[in-house]
Amino acid sequence: MTAKESQNGSEAARPDAGGDREVLLEVRDISLRFGGVAALTNVSFDILKGEIRAIIGPNGAGKSSMLNVINGFYFPQSGEIWFKGRKRPALKPHRVARQGVSRTFQNIALFHRMSVLDNIMTGRLTLMKSGMLSQAVWMGRAAREDAEHREKVERIIDFLEIQSIRKVPVGRLPYGLQKRVELGRALAGEPELLLLDEPMAGMNVEEKEDMSRFIIDVNDEFGTTIALIEHDMGVVMDISDRVVVMDYGRKIGDGPPDAVRQDQAVIDAYLGVAH
Amino acid sequence: MPQQLLFAIEVSINGLMTGVLYALVALGFVLIFKASGVFNYAQGVMALFAALTLVGLQSGQVPFAELINAIFNADVHHFGWRLPAVVAILLALAAMVLLALLVERLVLKHLVNQEPIILFMATIGLAYFLEGFGDLMWGGDLKKLEVGLPVGISESVEAYTGERFGYGFFIDRLDIVAACVAAVLVAALMVFSQYSKIGRALRAVADDHQAALSVGISLRFIWVAVWSIAGLVALVAGIMWGAKSGVQFSLSLIALKALPVLMLGGLTSIRGAIVGGLIIGVGEKLFDFLAGPLIGGATENWFAYVLALCFLVFRPQGLFGEKIIERV
Repeated sequence: MTAKESQNGSEAARPDAGGDREVLLEVRDISLRFGGVAALTNVSFDILKGEIRAIIGPNGAGKSSMLNVINGFYFPQSGEIWFKGRKRPALKPHRVARQGVSRTFQNIALFHRMSVLDNIMTGRLTLMKSGMLSQAVWMGRAAREDAEHREKVERIIDFLEIQSIRKVPVGRLPYGLQKRVELGRALAGEPELLLLDEPMAGMNVEEKEDMSRFIIDVNDEFGTTIALIEHDMGVVMDISDRVVVMDYGRKIGDGPPDAVRQDQAVIDAYLGVAH
Repeated sequence: MPQQLLFAIEVSINGLMTGVLYALVALGFVLIFKASGVFNYAQGVMALFAALTLVGLQSGQVPFAELINAIFNADVHHFGWRLPAVVAILLALAAMVLLALLVERLVLKHLVNQEPIILFMATIGLAYFLEGFGDLMWGGDLKKLEVGLPVGISESVEAYTGERFGYGFFIDRLDIVAACVAAVLVAALMVFSQYSKIGRALRAVADDHQAALSVGISLRFIWVAVWSIAGLVALVAGIMWGAKSGVQFSLSLIALKALPVLMLGGLTSIRGAIVGGLIIGVGEKLFDFLAGPLIGGATENWFAYVLALCFLVFRPQGLFGEKIIERV
């Protein structure tokens, strides 16, 4: 992967981006419209390497749109995306994924007819080298490669504590576990940037605690940079390093959780303003 | 055993063999539908086109000979070679892969995110285009397809059954080969889809486009791959059918029998395509044998469609299709 080579690009370490850490991804003045509806207006923020970055805001604030722009599902009408110190051209989502950006979805997008194991294996598809021909001709090499990937996937399965359900089709699993499998699939691609769209939506307290723990562990153990959207303020304040606050498609706050919590604009957006 | 029952069994076996061919065409439909949600009306014509190309290449026909002769006032017909069957089959396969690439590049690419009905209409257009193009390229005459497949009545089966039941079954050797080839093809496709990288990507795309994109699967590549595989299936079906009754343009009409097969088996099930094909094959032969004399015969023309209609009324998702659950 070219990922490792380009990390020391000169554009990457911007002085205003927060201390000595490198900027992994930066969005600059992103504007996105659907017809006449402005989903995002001049949104800029950065994500530092190794941090957990939360994006919060009320419903319809443009959080998911932002994630979809980063991951290539949407093309913004204006603005730039800088990834690993380079300006990223307009890329299709599968290209973005191959650059090392994995994601999960708000309404779980798993392959429902496939087993947990197969689902997580698909997360590694882009890392598999042997193509169709070599698979047909060199069965041995393809099989060996498959075994290696299998091993990595088993490690993820262990990590997420879902050993007992590895052969179950995901369609049959309860919601909380499906969310975990989806996280596993995203992790399997060994992403540099992991985008989580409401990883804890619809979960009970216990499941939320589990998921928070996994997110923190992923960040600690694999050093994966994480950008997540979350509604539960408590969770966000607990696990994230820095928070972007959005409202009506604009950024209204940015900073460490404690600072953001006391920001008047943020309080207004969440609690409403007296008119 | 009573004579009548033996007849019925023989008819059923012959029906089974016809059913295999229906199943092969239906399989092509299912593969494409599963991976891209496109109901490919052109699958039958693809089988015809594959067979035409195979015969043309093998016998060293000059493509577009009529056209060239008309424009340049020339008189070319044959290159004067005869390729070995294996080479010709491989070349025909390459032609089908090329066709898949062109279909993606020229048609599908421009219709991403369109309604299914629009894609369906596009494949109808493709079907007629291919039929005309095949005619122009290789000529519209009835062609003999000879790739070394055994033909004629199997004597060993006749001798064995004659000894065993006192009545020798007439089974075409080609039918036996067709059944074996189809079985191998289906098994290979299953293994491919289950264990290979591309197979896994195919299943992923069939399940959820967005999720597939998010793990780095290129939809366009998958579409080319799946149309190529459908091309391979079409080639096999074309070879079997061509060897049985010659390569002629009515082949694309016979291939429409795959539609009732799909109604029966369900659009999304490989197993359904096989079982549906066999049921239609056996059903129409057996029905013609039993009820044909009572109602004046020629029931083979409509039986499959009536059976499909019954299925549409009572089990619209087909035998193995996914259950249709409507959320309110």
